[in-house]
Amino acid sequence: MEIVLNWIHANEQMIYILVLVIFLGFVVIARVPAVLHTPLMSHANAISGVVIMGAIIVMGRAANNNYVALILGFMAVVLGTINVVGGFVVTDRMLEMFKKKK
Amino acid sequence: MGESILSIIYIIGAVTFIMGLKMMSNPASARRGNIVAGIGMLAAILGTIFLFRNSDGSPLKNHIWIFGGIATGTVIGVLAAKRIKMTAMPEMVSLFNGLGGASATLISVVEFTHLAELGFPPDQATPGILAILFSGVILGNITFSGSLIAWGKLSGKVKDFSFKGQHIINIILLLTSIGLSVYIGANLYSGDTMLLFYGLFFLTIVYGVFFVMPIGGADMPVVISLLNSLSGLSAACGGFLYDNKVVFTGGILVGAAGTILTVLMCKAMNRSLTNVLIGSFGGGSTAVGSKQQGSYKEITLNDSAVVMSFANKVMIVPGYGLAVAQAQHTCHELQKMLEAKGVEVKYAIHPVAGRMPGHMNVLLAEADVSYDKLIEMEQANEEFPSVDVVLILGANDVVNPAAKTDPSSPIYGMPILDVGLSKNVIVNKRSMKPGYAGIENDLFFQPKTSMLFGDAKKVLQDLISEIKNL
Repeated sequence: MEIVLNWIHANEQMIYILVLVIFLGFVVIARVPAVLHTPLMSHANAISGVVIMGAIIVMGRAANNNYVALILGFMAVVLGTINVVGGFVVTDRMLEMFKKKK
Repeated sequence: MGESILSIIYIIGAVTFIMGLKMMSNPASARRGNIVAGIGMLAAILGTIFLFRNSDGSPLKNHIWIFGGIATGTVIGVLAAKRIKMTAMPEMVSLFNGLGGASATLISVVEFTHLAELGFPPDQATPGILAILFSGVILGNITFSGSLIAWGKLSGKVKDFSFKGQHIINIILLLTSIGLSVYIGANLYSGDTMLLFYGLFFLTIVYGVFFVMPIGGADMPVVISLLNSLSGLSAACGGFLYDNKVVFTGGILVGAAGTILTVLMCKAMNRSLTNVLIGSFGGGSTAVGSKQQGSYKEITLNDSAVVMSFANKVMIVPGYGLAVAQAQHTCHELQKMLEAKGVEVKYAIHPVAGRMPGHMNVLLAEADVSYDKLIEMEQANEEFPSVDVVLILGANDVVNPAAKTDPSSPIYGMPILDVGLSKNVIVNKRSMKPGYAGIENDLFFQPKTSMLFGDAKKVLQDLISEIKNL
């Protein structure tokens, strides 16, 4: 019990962010029209690639001779980049087509 | 100084993510929103590489490796995203999503291995940190293997697969994974820690496969949306681990957005999430197609052309069949042709038509169909009584009246497009075989309905030349 309480105290800021962002996410998404659901999902998917920053930190901290960390970190950076770049480009391609015709 | 600048970049990054999502709610601003978030992401990534400082104040090293990885990923990502056909979009998004999950898992693996090498110092291997690492592995791996299976299913490489008691095994797998995490955390110094950790890795991969394997048909959009939400949460684990607030915010934002989208999808089908996840759509456990069907009538191309040309209002109901046949451009041509003859043409879009939320909208947008021609279910159902001809192109379950009338049907309760309210219904299908969900459709046997068999693209092309010859 004490561990949990200490943990909550130590991570107060993160917990605030967690709660507020959950509400924010709900409010922002709830009004998206069905027309945009696919691009929205693809866009959100690209944003979830933010994890690439974690991968960069892993790589940047690894010692020069720690090949396990270097190789796994490298893979994480490559995969994360594909997720981010591919996600944004695909979304852009889709949205490019959503033009109003007269 | 550098670190304060990084903080500012991160705050701006988080704001661009929120603004980007906000702008995605309107077709007019959506594209800018995507670019805004992209720029925020780029700034945050560059800021991390050059301005991030470890707790001892040292900068990040291995820049060559980092840029090598980013360059490789960018080339692959851009090529894949540019070359993919619009009809294959759902599987592409699913694949990207899985890679993000894998990235999150790898971070947790490296950090856990690092802790193991240090001998789990109690000040670093705290229960909180361990819980985050294990969550990262569990969520990341489920996202990874689940998305790969979803990708395989959508591209037709993997078939639906389920066996009796699979849900029980799934629950056991998940509980074992969580239990194993707790056990590893409680017995860090026992010597087998790394071995058990690999066991956890393996278990969660298997769980991801089993989790998505039995789900199919109209439920695919829900699963993809759910996996998207999980990938956000696994990213948030990485953010928590490094106390990196922009990663955390981005991850949670996607997690929340994915969850609400999943709920919207479920609502559109009038089913609960649990029902989708363990319902095994079309699994054969329900009485499917057991009752005797009447006879259906066919219509010739010429007759269809005449009926549609002299109608006042035609409503097109697109489905997955349209995507498979890649008939979206031909469909738009037919629309223009009918409009030239003074016919009002609209498209009725069911929220779960296709294999991804909004799949049909993207497809028709690719063919330059103006999005104000596409109307949503509620409005379409109001308009059907004034529609002369409904043309159904490769849609099946979303127009199945059994959803309203037959309580034993697996899709009972799902809101449908009430095409029966219109004066005539023309159904284009390749054959009389039931749709993806394996459910018979009474609509085909109703007196108002006529069948027009053939590949959607071929049929539409023929229809166009028939209308020209009228």
